[in-house]
Parts: sequence; C-alpha cells; structure tokens
Amino acid sequence: MDFYQVFQQHTWDEIRESIYQKTPQDVIRALQKSGKRDLEDFKALISPAATDFLEEMAQLSHRLTQKRFGKTIQMYVPLYLSNECQNICTYCGFSFDNKIRRKTLTEEEILQEVAVLKRMGYEHVLLVTGEANQTVGVPYLQKVIRLIKPYFSQISIEIQPLDQDEYEILVAEGVHAVLVYQETYHEEDYKKHHPKGKKSNFQYRIQTPDRLGAAGIHKMGLGVLIGLEDWRVDCFFTALHLRYLEKRYWQSTYSISFPRLRPFSGGLEPKVEMSDRELVQLICAYRIFDEEVELSISTRENEIFRDNIIKLGITSMSAGSKTNPGGYVVEPESLEQFEISDERSPQAIASVIQAQGYEPVWKNWDRLLQ
Amino acid sequence: MSLQIADKTFQSRLFTGTGKFSSASLMEESILASGSELVTVALKRVSLTEKEDDILSYLHHDRINLLPNTSGVRNAKEAIFAAQVAREALETNWLKLEIHPDPKYLMPDPIETLKAAEELVKLGFVVLPYIHADPVLCKRLEEVGVSAVMPLGSPIGSNKGLKTIDFLEIIIEQSRVPVVVDAGIGAPSDAAKAMEMGADAVLVNTAIAVSENPVQMGLAFKYAVEAGRMAYEAKLAPMQQQAVASSPLTTFLN
Repeated sequence: MDFYQVFQQHTWDEIRESIYQKTPQDVIRALQKSGKRDLEDFKALISPAATDFLEEMAQLSHRLTQKRFGKTIQMYVPLYLSNECQNICTYCGFSFDNKIRRKTLTEEEILQEVAVLKRMGYEHVLLVTGEANQTVGVPYLQKVIRLIKPYFSQISIEIQPLDQDEYEILVAEGVHAVLVYQETYHEEDYKKHHPKGKKSNFQYRIQTPDRLGAAGIHKMGLGVLIGLEDWRVDCFFTALHLRYLEKRYWQSTYSISFPRLRPFSGGLEPKVEMSDRELVQLICAYRIFDEEVELSISTRENEIFRDNIIKLGITSMSAGSKTNPGGYVVEPESLEQFEISDERSPQAIASVIQAQGYEPVWKNWDRLLQ
Repeated sequence: MSLQIADKTFQSRLFTGTGKFSSASLMEESILASGSELVTVALKRVSLTEKEDDILSYLHHDRINLLPNTSGVRNAKEAIFAAQVAREALETNWLKLEIHPDPKYLMPDPIETLKAAEELVKLGFVVLPYIHADPVLCKRLEEVGVSAVMPLGSPIGSNKGLKTIDFLEIIIEQSRVPVVVDAGIGAPSDAAKAMEMGADAVLVNTAIAVSENPVQMGLAFKYAVEAGRMAYEAKLAPMQQQAVASSPLTTFLN
C-alpha cells in the first residue's frame, strides 16, 4: 500500500471536524504523555483548544529539540538555477502564465553564483528549479551536480517530482536530500491551484516520497504551502505522511517546512491566514509529535519572528537567500519566486543565532560519506 | 587508576563528544573541565579543506586525543571509506566505528559493524565499535581484534541512563577488552553506576552539552566517574536482599 491509499482512508471534512472538536483535556493529555505522541495527540496540539497552552508547548518543544539536536542551528542556502516552468500554479511567481523573462543559468553563471555562496560561508546548498523537462530535466541536474560538488559538503534539491529510477541517478550523483512539498492535501482544490502541467497530477505528487524512499534517499523534505487551505487539516496530513514514511523508509531522515504564502507580482492572496501565534503552535506541535524530525525556516518569515523562533523547535535556517535565478550576482534584478522578508546577511543571522546561545553549523555532512 | 587501550594510557576514564554545544569555545572549556583525554569528533563536522576556525582548532591540547567517528554512514563499505578519510584528515588511526542506518534512533547495525570492524583491524585501525548491549556481538568483535567495545546504555541522546544494565553486566563480566559504556548516560549518577559495575570508561556528550552549564556538568561527570571507579576498586559491600531473619527456620537441625 502506498501513501495515496492510506490518504484515501481519510476525508478532509472528518479530519477537520475531529481537530476542531479537541478539548483542553485532550491537549493536556498530549502534553503530559510520557511516551511517543500519536496522531490524535497531534490533532489536539494543532487544535484551537491548544492556543491557551502555547507557552507550555513552547517549553516542551524547546527541551525536546535541545535534547535531540543540541544548541545548534544548521545553515543552508537556496540556489535558484532556473525559472522556466511548464506548470500553472496560482500562487507561484514562476507560473507558466506569468509573463516574465525566463532564465536558466549556464555553467559559467552557476559558478559565479557558487563563488558568492562560498564567500558567505555555505557548505549546504539547496538547488531549486521549476518544471521544464526540456531545459532543466535530469541530464541538466546531473551536469550541475557534477559541476558544484567540489564546492559543497551537502547538496539538496527542490525540483519537479521524478520517477524512482531518476532519483536513483541523482542519489548516485551525490544528492543528499530532496524536498517535495505537497502544497495541499485537499485533492479537489489542489486541482484548482494546479490547472495545467504535470504538476496537476495529484496522485503522482503525493506518491513522490514513496518513490524517494524506494530510491534510498538520505533525507526528504515534506510540507504544504500554508494559506492555500485550512492549515490545520493540511498539516495533519503532513504528519500522517511523515509517520507513514518513517515506518516504511526507516533509513531516511525527514524534514518539514511550513512556508506561508508570500506575495509576488500578480499573485494569489492567502485563502486562510495563519498568524504568528499559530505558526509557533504548529512548529511546537510538530516537535512534540516527532522528536527527531528536522524543522526548517526560510527567509519568507520576518526578522522578529525568525529571531524568536530559534529556541522554539526549528533545526535549520536559510539566510541571505535570493529566490531568482542569478539573484546573487548574475542577474540580481530578475523577478523573484516570492519576496524575501528577512534580508539580513548570513553573518548577521549567525550572530543572532550565537546571541541566543546557539551555534550556527555550516557543515554537518561530507560528500565523502555518500 | 589508569586505563590502557591499545597503545594509549588514559588517566581519565571519561570520554566525551563534541556535538550539540552552543559554541565551539564552550565545548572546549567543558571538555577541559571534564578532564577527558579522549574526545570523539564526527568526520562530517570537520572541514577537510580549510583548517582555520574548524572544530579541531579548539581541541589542540596536549592532553586531548582525538577519536574520529563515522557518524552518518549506513553500511560497512561507507564506514571503511570514511575511516580512511578520517585517518588522513585527523592524523590518527583510532576510530569510533558507528554505523547507524536508522537515523531516527541511531541504532547501530550489528552485522555491518562486525564486517567493518574486521576489515578495519586488518587495515591497521584501533577500532572502538559503538554497538547495542549485545554480549555475543561483543565477543565476536573481540575475536576480530577491536581494541574496546562501546555498548549503549540507552538510545543515543536520550539521557535515559542504563536501560541495558543486565546486559552490560554480562558484557563487563565476559569481556577481555575494555568496555566503554556509550550513549544514553544522562546524569553523573548514571556514569558513577556504570563505573561501579566495572565499566572501564564511559562516553558522555549530550548530558554535558545540553545542560544549562556545560562546564560545571563536565566537572560533575569527572567526579562521578572517579567516584564510581574508586568504589569499584574498593569493592562494594554486598547488597542484602532482606534483613537477616530474626526467627530462623532451620535451627531445629542444629
């Protein structure tokens, strides 16, 4: 049974109702549990009833995170390779129907961008592309990975979903982690948000982590785009997905992101707003639910939020990010995928992390281990 | 009091780690306070190209010996390769062999560990394998020539103490190589207990690094390990399961 079949055993409305029916007693039970928390506990922790327990949740999340990950924050940076994309996504700046100049970096341009990232101190890089198989398919990625491998200790990718054998090729080239966000687990609305392109295939996308696990990936990243639908239900499905994957692909590590929809030119307004309090609640809930999962925060969030979230459960942060191909040096003025909220330099962020009593970790992997 | 492993003699029976500290300088200070002479370093954390501002530069003390570990590898083949890189980069043939294909609980793989240990001993490494508290596996590792065994007290980073105590007792009783209790030691009392039982050393990381005051905790572990060892050498008075019965049942036989 793959995850799509597990998923089909649940309905959106039933899950929604059961989350909203959780009581303060359910939250207390989840918080006081000594063993592993289950999915019912997770529902309680993300429920409206838990908003009165935010401080207790934060304290617990803080302790559990320190026990597992220590007083450290892993640093990573995205490198956008291309904004070419055949998909229409209602919320994305690179959407096929968005009239922007399309750009895919050449090898020479990639090396120029890499030089900037190296001066910033980065060892862990996340390569990002749109979905355009002619220009940025597997052969292009293979070429890029070979090109940049000497400069980074760990390479992750955030690209279109691939078949298992294609993932196997990229793993063999040295890809450590693959991030594939489901965007939303609301199957009908998923189709509204993805009207055209290969991405409109909900089933193929939701089965992607299964293919990644089968391909023996070291780490995979899950998440939804918060704002498309009721985040509580979407995040329950993320947790369900995580637990399913952990049992089945027990040799992989998992990370979760919680990007909130950010404005871009001509873009979609969030259907459901998530407040800062609610995002803190979600981060703590994920941690209390799963002590080992990595939790990542990007520069979508603003300075004050990022400064204060360091102690609350997250384990990795990006800084100094650009979300347009060539954004670091080659073509800084090209259109971004989304607006950055926190524009501080990696060194400034490192200082903030240190001031909170944490060590920014630049290198926590070596390509020789793979 | 001293402990001999392979070609090295240690005055301290407390081994430490380098992960999870809030800064490299606090790590250095805590390790110095602990008196530890053998410090394990994850190869994945070490910069193999640039030497400055690296974790290693904080460990340049005469008393400190480095114990590179293979954390991150998933099988024997990767471990053997990583070991060779570590020997080159850290200039030591000592190795903490850890192979955990399970990234959630970091449980060591006994089959791959035995395979890798055998090969690494042949390649001239001083191998200290991190393993489950499995007495038979310890004997098998001893037979292939490891220099010590490092069974876990409880899952790594869990601070749960000596959950495997019954099996550690068997390992300590049977082993012909030093036994280092590794992983799960959450408090100085756990370390003291392991030492009282006759463990040759303990390895502690999370409990020191994540405490509110890692330097003071490093010192607390130093004392605990010393106290535990002294108690072991002094021989604990036997534990009485019950008070001596005041109305004996067998006096009629006298």
